[in-house]
This record gives sequence, C-alpha cells and structure tokens, in this order.
Amino acid sequence: MPIAVFLLQRLAGLVGVLLGMSLLIFGIIHILPGNVAYAILGEFATPAAVAQLEVKLGLKDPLPLQYWHWLDAMLHGNFGQSIVMNRPAAALIGEALGRSALLAGFAFALVAMGGIALGLYAATHRGQASDKVLTLAQFVLIAVPEFFWAIVGVLFFASWLNLLPATGYAPMSEGIGSWAAHLVLPVMVLSFGLVAHVSRLTRSSMIEVLDSRYVLAARARGFAEQRVLWRHALPNALLPAITVLAIDAGLLIGGIVVVETVFAYPGLGRLLVFAIERHDLPLLQVGMMVVTAIYAVANFIAEVLYAVLNPRIRVGGAAA
Amino acid sequence: MSVLAIPRLHFPSTLVLGATLLALIVTAAIVGIWVTPYDPTVFAVRFRLQAPSLLHPFGTDEFGRDVLSRILAGAHLSLATGFGAMAISLVVGVPLGLIAAFHRGAVQEVIMRAVDLLIALPPVLLGLLVLAVTPPGLFKTIAAVGLVYVPILVRLTRAVALGLLEEDFVQAARARGEGALPILWHEILPNAWPPIIVECGLRVTFAILLGSALSFLGLGPQPPASEWGLMIAEGRDFLTQAPWVCLAPGLSLCVLLVSVNLVGEGLRERLDPHLRGRAHA
Repeated sequence: MPIAVFLLQRLAGLVGVLLGMSLLIFGIIHILPGNVAYAILGEFATPAAVAQLEVKLGLKDPLPLQYWHWLDAMLHGNFGQSIVMNRPAAALIGEALGRSALLAGFAFALVAMGGIALGLYAATHRGQASDKVLTLAQFVLIAVPEFFWAIVGVLFFASWLNLLPATGYAPMSEGIGSWAAHLVLPVMVLSFGLVAHVSRLTRSSMIEVLDSRYVLAARARGFAEQRVLWRHALPNALLPAITVLAIDAGLLIGGIVVVETVFAYPGLGRLLVFAIERHDLPLLQVGMMVVTAIYAVANFIAEVLYAVLNPRIRVGGAAA
Repeated sequence: MSVLAIPRLHFPSTLVLGATLLALIVTAAIVGIWVTPYDPTVFAVRFRLQAPSLLHPFGTDEFGRDVLSRILAGAHLSLATGFGAMAISLVVGVPLGLIAAFHRGAVQEVIMRAVDLLIALPPVLLGLLVLAVTPPGLFKTIAAVGLVYVPILVRLTRAVALGLLEEDFVQAARARGEGALPILWHEILPNAWPPIIVECGLRVTFAILLGSALSFLGLGPQPPASEWGLMIAEGRDFLTQAPWVCLAPGLSLCVLLVSVNLVGEGLRERLDPHLRGRAHA
C-alpha cells in the first residue's frame, strides 16, 4: 500500500474518532442528570428563573440540535463561554494549554531520553548488579502513584531543604530562575513512573533484538560491538519504544491532571478539575474535547511514525 | 525474560511473595472493616496532628483521628476499586470480545468501532467524564475505572479468540454442527483464559492507581470515608507540620500496589507460554 493511501486512511480514522468523541462527551454530559441552569443559579433558584435561563442557553432545544450547534460553533472557532468565570472558554483553555504543554514537553523529553537510555544500559549490562538494581527500581517506580511522589518531593525539596517552591507557577517575566524552579518538581513527578515504564520495555525489546539471528550474524562477521549495537540492534529495538511512548502520552495526560492539582499549577488539567468541581459544563466539554483531540493526534503521529520506520505495517496490517 | 536465576518451581517466587503480601493486606482490610484500634471517624480534636507514638503508631490527623485505624478501615476501598473494576471489565469485555470474534460483519464492526473510540480517551479523562456529571461515590468510581479497561479486554479477547477459531478442534466442533454458544463456551473460553488472566493481573495495579488518583481528586468515596487517595488529599494542607498524615496512607498504597504488581508479574511468568518456553496445557 502506498504511503499516501495509508496516510489518508489514518487521517480518516482520526476524523472519525474525533467526531465520535465529540458525540460521546456531549452525550455523557447531557444525558446524565445535572442541570446547567441550576448549576449557574444555585440550588435555591426559582423554577421560572431556571426556565428562562434554559431558553437563553438553548437547553430547551432537542439534543441533536444542541449537539449540532455546539459542533458547528467549535468548527467555526467559537468554543463557548465559561459560565463560572464568565470568560470565553477558548482564552482560558489557550492560556492553560500553553502552561500544560510546557510541563508535558519537558516531561516527555525526559521520559523519552531517560527511559530509552536506562533501558539500553540495562539491556547491555544484562544480569549484572546494575541491571538487577534497575529492574527492581523500575518495578517499584511503576507501582507508585504520582501524587505520592508529589508529596514526597514537596516534603523533601520544599519543606526540608527549602530549595524549590512547593506549589504554583511563575511566569517567565518574573525571572527565568523562578520560572524554572517552579517547573522542576512537577516535571520530575510526572516523569518518574513513565521513565520506568519506557526503560522496562526498551530493555526487553533490546534484549530480544540482541538475541536475534541478525545480530548474531553481524557479530559473526566481526563488526565492532559498538557498531552492532548502534547500527544493527538499536533501530529495531526502538520501534516498540515509539508505540510505548504514544501510550505514555495518554498516561502523561492523566498524570498532568493529578500533578497540576497537587502543585496548584494553572494548566489544562487543573482547569478541567475546576470545571468539574464548579459544574462549569460548557468549559468542561470543550476542555475535554481539546485534551482528547491532542491525545488522538499524538496517537496518529505515533502510528504514522511507526509505519514510516517499519514498512511491514503499511502492507496489510493497517486496518486492525 | 527473567534475569534473576529463578529456580523452575511450580510457582514463581514473585507470585509467592506477592500473594503472601496481598493475603496479609486483604486480611487486614477485612478485619479493618469491623475492628480498628480507635474509631476511624470520631473526632478527638484535643489530640489533633500528634506525631507517631506508641499510642498512635502512624500519628493522628487534623481531627485527632488515629491514622492507623483510618488506614485499616479504608483498605477495603482500594481493593474493591481494583478488583471490582477488573471484574466489571471482565464481565463486560470478555463476552463482547467473543461476540466480535464470532460474528464478523455488522456486529463486529459496531463493537470494534466503539472500542476504538473508548481507547482513544486518555484513562483519567474517561473517569473524570463519568464522575463529572454525577455525584461521586465508591461504586461510580469502580464503574468508571472498569469502563476504562473494557475496550482493552474486548480487543485482547477478540484477538485470542480469532486465533483459536482457526484451530482444528474448533473446526471439528463446527463440523459436528455445534452452535455458536457451545463452541464459545466449551472450546474457545477454556483455552482463551490464560492470556486474559495475565492481562487482568497486570491491569489491577493500574486500576488501583487510577481509582486512588480519582479519589485523590475528590471523585471517589466521600469523607468521612478513609480511602487512601482521599486521605492523602486531605492531609496535604498539613504536609509540613504533620507529614505522617500523608505518608502513612501513601506508603500503604505503595505496598499494596507493589504486591499486586508482583502477583501480576508472577501470573505472567506462570501462564504466559511465550516466557521461558514452558509447555503449558
């Protein structure tokens, strides 16, 4: 199958998933009980006031029509209004998204580099004490929740050592030192478990490759060990790591919600939790849509990358 | 790919160690529902935020409640979330996967597209979405976490079943004229369960993690319940003064997760035919 057809097919899949997602998010928010008008006016609102607001917000329209209005508005760049903060949702989400992207970008880079490096180190030192220590550490790290690392980090670096701020965010305009200091703990906490995850899978895929016949053949031909490792083994061992990194992008998004809440970091995750706590449903549904779209695009990129690097996938296996 | 020289025992050491730890935790959790050193919900404000001592091994929280008692009383909540969610995804996911494997065509198409959709939602978000619009509670958390793992089990079951459907013994059953249900029940399921159990064993860890994360965000059992994630969230305000209020439930959670993870890994070593090339019926 030519790469263009493959790309188009995946792109169509991406659009389908996004449409389905919008339907799902809209459906869950609107079918489950919990009235927006009551949420705005408070539980002691008079029925007349509630009815009036419902008409104003279009809540009396049939659901399919409401869905269409929402989708149509989003496609025209109108993301609606946060009812609690009384500001356009697009502006709120835009600001928060930038700060979350900062956090996620640093964490993802750390996970990709740290995870792969540690995995390769463990695979090439298989059976030695350092490998066993790493295996044990990974085993524990994978099982420890982010919010536990967060409180340990705050206790150690903020309360005892007084090195880093415990919570919050400082814009770059307040000085780069303060900006960076506020990012260190959230990025570390976000990365820990995922580094373990990636390194563990990199290790097992590298070991599988190192035990393969073509690596044996390369060694038999007398290539230098460095060359065998970097040119023959590594490219193939990294293929599974790409898939894992894409899965981890999803875990990272989940982690961000928790980490931003713990560190009171004003990002998208914090905004979503805020929208849930305050029943700001218009903000919530757009925020959810943005996050799932990012995740869907991340998966799309991973699939394309994987196909480009591994031609076997393009032939046949695409429509799993 | 085990690097540690595990002797070829019938049960891997990870499984034995994990199961022992887990059995201890489960026992403590069951006992903790009824018997704790102190009442886990009664306030004793005079004794608030006391450091760990002989009277209160894990100290007291901001209302003077004994942290150890609260941990014991809340242990069953994390266990229920993890195993309950897994049970839900098993009960929903496995039949759907079998159906999708057996009925190619429209039925399969509908099931698998729904699965694609659910899998495209990041796990925490799916939980958040469900819990956002309804008042949170233990059973909703369990259902939300269970829903997250349904699509994974559907895909796995379908893949395993599709492979088995090609096997001679299934073809033979078909040739004998057996119907869909007997074939699925007597031929496919008995041979499909090892990979499913392995997957579940490894997923329980993540289910407990996800459940406690949702509780931590306030979307699980509500106060005065002492779910461990919730306890950590409540203790955060006093972290510097009284770190034990957070650390004790946090460490308990870690021990639980590590032991569940050990069991999962052990089950994998025991049941996964790809590992160690051990022939297994």
